[in-house]
Amino acid sequence: MSNLSVQDKVKISFSINGREIEGEAEPRKLLSDFIREDLGLTGTHVGCEHGVCGSCTVLYNGKAVRSCLMFAAQADGSEIQTVEGLAVNGQEHPLQTSFTECHGLQCGFCTPGILMSSVEMLNSGEEPTTQEIKEMLSGHLCRCTGYKGIIEAIEKVCKPNACKEGEN
Amino acid sequence: MSYIGKPLKRVEDARLVSGEGTYMDDLSPLPNIHHAAILRSPHAHAKIIQIHTEEAEKLPGVIGVVTGEQVAALTRPFPVGVRVPVKYYPIAVEKVRFVGEAVAVVIAKNRYIAEDALSLIKVEYKALDPVVHIEDALSEESTVLHEEVGSNIVNHRFFNYGNVEDAFKNADRVIRKKFHFPKVSATPVENYGVIANYTKSEDAYTIWANFHGPFTLHSVMTAALKVPSNRLRIITPKDIGGSYGIKSGVFPYMVLMGVVSRILGVPVKWTEDRQEHLSASSSGTDRVSWIEAAVKKDGTILGLKMKYADNVGGYIRAPEPASLYRTHSNATGAYRIKNLEVEAIAVVTNKSPTGLIRGYGGPQHYFPLERMMQIISEDLGLDVIEVIKKNLLTKEEFPYQTATGGIYDSGDYHKALNLALESIDYEGFKQKQKEAWKNGKYLGLGFACIVEPSGSNMGYITLALTPEERAKSLPKSGCSEGATVSIDPQGGITVRISTVPTGQGHETVTAQIVADALGVDPASIRVIAEMDTVTSPWSVASGSYSSRFAPIGSSAVYQAAQKVKNKLLEIAASQLNVPAEELVISDGKVSVKNDPEKGVSLKRAVGLAHWNPEGLPNGIEPGIHETAFYTLPVAKSPNEKDIVNGSVTYGFVFDAVQVEVDIETGEVKIIDYTTIHDAGKLLNPNIVEGQIMGGLAHGLGAAMYEELAYDERGQFLTGSFMDYLCPTATEIPKVTIKHIESPSPITPLGAKGLGEGNTMSAPVVLANAVTDALKPLHVSIDQLPLSPDRIWSKIHNKNTVKM
Ligand code: FES
Ligand code: FES
Repeated sequence: MSNLSVQDKVKISFSINGREIEGEAEPRKLLSDFIREDLGLTGTHVGCEHGVCGSCTVLYNGKAVRSCLMFAAQADGSEIQTVEGLAVNGQEHPLQTSFTECHGLQCGFCTPGILMSSVEMLNSGEEPTTQEIKEMLSGHLCRCTGYKGIIEAIEKVCKPNACKEGEN
Repeated sequence: MSYIGKPLKRVEDARLVSGEGTYMDDLSPLPNIHHAAILRSPHAHAKIIQIHTEEAEKLPGVIGVVTGEQVAALTRPFPVGVRVPVKYYPIAVEKVRFVGEAVAVVIAKNRYIAEDALSLIKVEYKALDPVVHIEDALSEESTVLHEEVGSNIVNHRFFNYGNVEDAFKNADRVIRKKFHFPKVSATPVENYGVIANYTKSEDAYTIWANFHGPFTLHSVMTAALKVPSNRLRIITPKDIGGSYGIKSGVFPYMVLMGVVSRILGVPVKWTEDRQEHLSASSSGTDRVSWIEAAVKKDGTILGLKMKYADNVGGYIRAPEPASLYRTHSNATGAYRIKNLEVEAIAVVTNKSPTGLIRGYGGPQHYFPLERMMQIISEDLGLDVIEVIKKNLLTKEEFPYQTATGGIYDSGDYHKALNLALESIDYEGFKQKQKEAWKNGKYLGLGFACIVEPSGSNMGYITLALTPEERAKSLPKSGCSEGATVSIDPQGGITVRISTVPTGQGHETVTAQIVADALGVDPASIRVIAEMDTVTSPWSVASGSYSSRFAPIGSSAVYQAAQKVKNKLLEIAASQLNVPAEELVISDGKVSVKNDPEKGVSLKRAVGLAHWNPEGLPNGIEPGIHETAFYTLPVAKSPNEKDIVNGSVTYGFVFDAVQVEVDIETGEVKIIDYTTIHDAGKLLNPNIVEGQIMGGLAHGLGAAMYEELAYDERGQFLTGSFMDYLCPTATEIPKVTIKHIESPSPITPLGAKGLGEGNTMSAPVVLANAVTDALKPLHVSIDQLPLSPDRIWSKIHNKNTVKM
């Protein structure tokens, strides 16, 4: 292995939200910082940088990971999806819609991360129990909602009629 | 069609679920922004001998390093509402007084380099004895933190209402207790963030920050910066990632970064990290309370004596010591207690400074008060509900003036209580509990009655001063808020508010209110919630705190919308040749009440004001742009007897909570949490439910898990989310929320604030429930959080004592 100093940049290329990107970063640059600062995708948030709050969660080859616990260089060659990539042709992902309908967010800071973990859960194809939804969510902190609306929003996409409808 | 009161979906959500929200760290409003990292004190209490910054300054990419001495040369200490001369700068000067206090700021090309440079700074300290506990700080023996004050007591007031002496003379029993409330924070998931730029040519600061007021702090900042008020422009981002009061504490950093930008000549950006946030942002006060109740055998409470001491940390800073006085007007809670003595004390210790937090002062206050209701009933051998009912205000007593001057505007407390008892089947539970005890299972039921103040009166904060001291300056009163409704030449409606929401959906509710007033679709209205102190309609009380949007912010919006409506009606009246009183506005047009066919479109009336002022009736100005400022006359300054109505509206919360305690492990399981609310007219039931659940989660966290902990040397122990435990989805119990509606007679929409009530109630209701469950073991909870180890040792000690 060659000796890199912290400031020698490494070349990185990966696919983000279906777009191929090429860039350079110091080996120590966090994936979360790279996504936000170098790629300008500020929908991925940073709330603790020590892997507890979950607000930096992105999909890495389809798996929900905390981008604050990965280096950008580790993403080389992978497929990353962030909240900006959830809508398809301007159509919201069903979870994005249900979060609004079930009042699953207030300040919205935790929301992108929670959406990404929920998408992973949904994509697994298995219908989760409410307890499983809660356990998945226990990897995320939301200080606004008390989680009730979030749980309902996720249930709504997995189990219809679990959430009371908004007015319009 | 009325939109107020409907569970409309939020207009904020589309951007927030798609990653298009704009939070502080997402902003890059200027070229050449440089990044800050802060070196912080590892000591609780120490003298700074010397700071060596040369090595750090040499690191490529570093622009410079700023220390306290340089900052002090360009600023004044922050003013604060007490008489003692505590010198508080945004960075340590000569001494450090808590772990995490800023000692030096590095500015570099990027954050990574700035943090590298921190490790190259060498600071020589001389450690001093720390003061950690409130009771130590109260003693004259303790090391003094601020030499110029000469004591660690920074505020001390006595209050006496009614005839306390008689009340205690006439009592059958006098019951005394002491309680501790821990230091907790609300830890918004987004940390603090600031961008500051100083322009020399204007001697002016422009500061972007996720700061949400109170804008009284604008004057505190300009005083520190020594500039005229219009030379400090504060701009907030479109979105703020939660606060619950905590982010008002970003203000010292706004000043710090402003000065750093001035010294180094570049715009600077600082984004706080989580460890910084936990150790050095802001929190609630920890409090020790001593309470004495004079009671009759039948449970009637004749009088109360309360003494409490709040720990404001290393420095007292605005708006402290307001935590002591926020609940002053509702100090006797939901009860008819006319005789009251209060001794309020604020002390400094070597912990982080405190400030606004959801519930502000309420959790600390209701913990002793509502614990006492259970203790009194136990002492007298009465059912706790009987004791509560005996003292609980009745519907007929409203509006009710409390001993301290609070004016409870409306309510039906007994109805709320009865609703709770029905929904939990109180009698059935008592049976179940007896059975459970027999089988070695410990079930408990706790209650709490909370009068929830909302919409703070600026005047209450001056209770920190004696009437004589107050008389020396201008009285303070009111709760003013502004809003602007404008309609552009093509009919587009824009509303500008200064309530600086941090997730509470003010844009949505504002659109609902204006849509109702102007008869349009709320989706067509654009609400601008970003605050800009140079262009927004604001006043000292502006901002987001004390649940003031529903009673006050929304009222300002309502009044501004009424002004626009009246103008449009007058224009239409002149067009239609009909008196304005005979017109109605709905579905995008103004029409004659009794002849709906006859009317003009809103667009046309608006168009006239812009495109053809010649056609306007006499005395009507062109354009449509109306600002209203709103306050409530009940928000008066305190009088010479310290009588004050500290909040404008008072809601009510009644909680009934069932728990099971595992005496082998000390673990508390919440079986059912029932909460009854009365917040007057509800503006948007969806948002209401979200606020209640959020407030409850905060109260629950404080009750069960959270504490900013320090060791005996003042070393900070909870610097990560692994140590400071916030509730996650698996910890939230089943919650049943029910409402009754006693509209406020004093607000235009009948609304009261809400969202803080359960933050105040949850800690004490859980303590009551646990105490009830452990009744056979004679365990009485007087301290939080209810962590398994604490409960276990309480049970264990009791058992060993008994054996
Ligand atoms: S920022 Fe990555 S888990 Fe908190
Ligand atoms: S919505 Fe604010 S933290 Fe979850």
